[in-house]
Amino acid sequence: MLATVWHSLVEPWQQSIDRRAFLEVVLLGLTGGALGCWIVFYNLSYSTESLAHALLPGLVLAALTGLPLILGGAAGLVVAALAIAAAARTPVLGRDTAVAVVVTAFLGLGALLALSPSTPAGLGELLFGDVLGVSDTDLLLAGGLAVVVLAALTLLHGRLLLVGFDRLNASALGVRAGTVDVALLLLIAGALLVAVQGLGNLLVVAVLVGPAACARAVTRRMSTMMLAAAAIAVGAGIGGIYLSYYAGTAAGASIAAVMVGAYAVALALGASSGRSLGTRRGAPRRAPRP
Amino acid sequence: MTDALLEVADLAAGYGGEPVLRDVAFTARPGQRIAVLGPNGGGKTTLFRALLGELTPSAGTLERPARIGVVPQTERSRLDFPVSALDVALMGTLSTLPWWRRPSRADRARARQALADVGLAERVDATFGDLSGGQRQRVLVARALVQDAPVLLLDEPYVGLDTPSAALLDRLLLDLAASGRALLIATHDVEQARDWERVLCLNRRQIAFGAPDDVLTRETLALTYGTELVELPAGDRCVLPGHHAHDHGAA
Repeated sequence: MLATVWHSLVEPWQQSIDRRAFLEVVLLGLTGGALGCWIVFYNLSYSTESLAHALLPGLVLAALTGLPLILGGAAGLVVAALAIAAAARTPVLGRDTAVAVVVTAFLGLGALLALSPSTPAGLGELLFGDVLGVSDTDLLLAGGLAVVVLAALTLLHGRLLLVGFDRLNASALGVRAGTVDVALLLLIAGALLVAVQGLGNLLVVAVLVGPAACARAVTRRMSTMMLAAAAIAVGAGIGGIYLSYYAGTAAGASIAAVMVGAYAVALALGASSGRSLGTRRGAPRRAPRP
Repeated sequence: MTDALLEVADLAAGYGGEPVLRDVAFTARPGQRIAVLGPNGGGKTTLFRALLGELTPSAGTLERPARIGVVPQTERSRLDFPVSALDVALMGTLSTLPWWRRPSRADRARARQALADVGLAERVDATFGDLSGGQRQRVLVARALVQDAPVLLLDEPYVGLDTPSAALLDRLLLDLAASGRALLIATHDVEQARDWERVLCLNRRQIAFGAPDDVLTRETLALTYGTELVELPAGDRCVLPGHHAHDHGAA
């Protein structure tokens, strides 16, 4: 029995394709889990999802012209950000509506281009990713991204906490909220550009928002939450690849499905335990005393 | 500026266009608790923002120390944010810490000491959102102490506090003043202001500044609060109906 379980666990690792996929989801999971906590607490989940979708035309154009996807994605991000900024200035449109209009338009344009017969990469690959087909360059990019994002989050931790907690008074404490916002948005943009190649345009948000939402349900400190989210993202990524291997399902969709399952479990755990991780054992969670 | 910690002369400030506050002139010295009185929209927040350097005065001069601590209303804090009392106190180190450095062990010790100084030594690891209103207020005071600011601006710190919490805060403010700091405390409580060293009355301009006995007259309060003022039948005392709204200072 044990031997069978062990064999089932080890078997996917014996294939080079799956080993690379495992490494990719570990690197993206570490990055996405930690960064996702700030996305969730800065209320940037919708913006992140919108940017991910809106960079599709850039990816497709890069595939059409033979340019690296990351360059196309970067150009797509810049154009999408400018279009959203311009649309948000339209007096009759609210910011939410402006984002929705631009994102829908860009996603449609991307699909239109991707369905062109001359586009080498299939639409499905760009939308849902190809984590089983990651190249050495993809792995190097994911490794570099993990180093940069984790180092930046470590250095900026106090400032991110202050601006998220007390934006109005940040400047009185020597911190410019705008600079912190820009730094965070740059990290999100970088993470989207790299992660979108493995997980696809539609599923990349799963690794950036899902694990953080899970961790939020069961932890009460940002550092603990970041560790938990990274662990959940890595675990769900690996679990998704196993699911894909044995159930014969698409890898990206399997990863997203495991993350959704993890979220449901975390919600149930959080509800039953009163969300206690990260507080000192035995310390009262409420103190009505003055 | 002699021994003054803060010196303001003929200050006017606003948000573009006409100033929403003008003719402000006062001095804050070590050991003074200064009540800042005024109706909603009277300019209290505008004054604080100008003192913090967030608004450039359109007229007048302002001499201020390098660091001014701010203690906001706890009602405006994000109670869902996953921070402990120690995390919040440590935010006071950021004004002197280069961006590439994290708080040192000494910084953490200083933050713990500040929390102990405000009576929260036992609640260092508590989640900010789980603390009572009075405790949260004291955590924010501890943050200003860690910032090592000689001048503290407190924005209606008594709002939402019960009597024991208010008494604790009274004692804390007295201790802070005794340690040589100057405190500017936005409040609507005229009676409380009588116990402090100075009173500054604002109603889109400075109405008066001085010792409570000189400033808190029926005439001055009438100019400050207008029809909001309720006069007590006996003596020279006046009171205000309860205030919970807040001056955003915008014109």
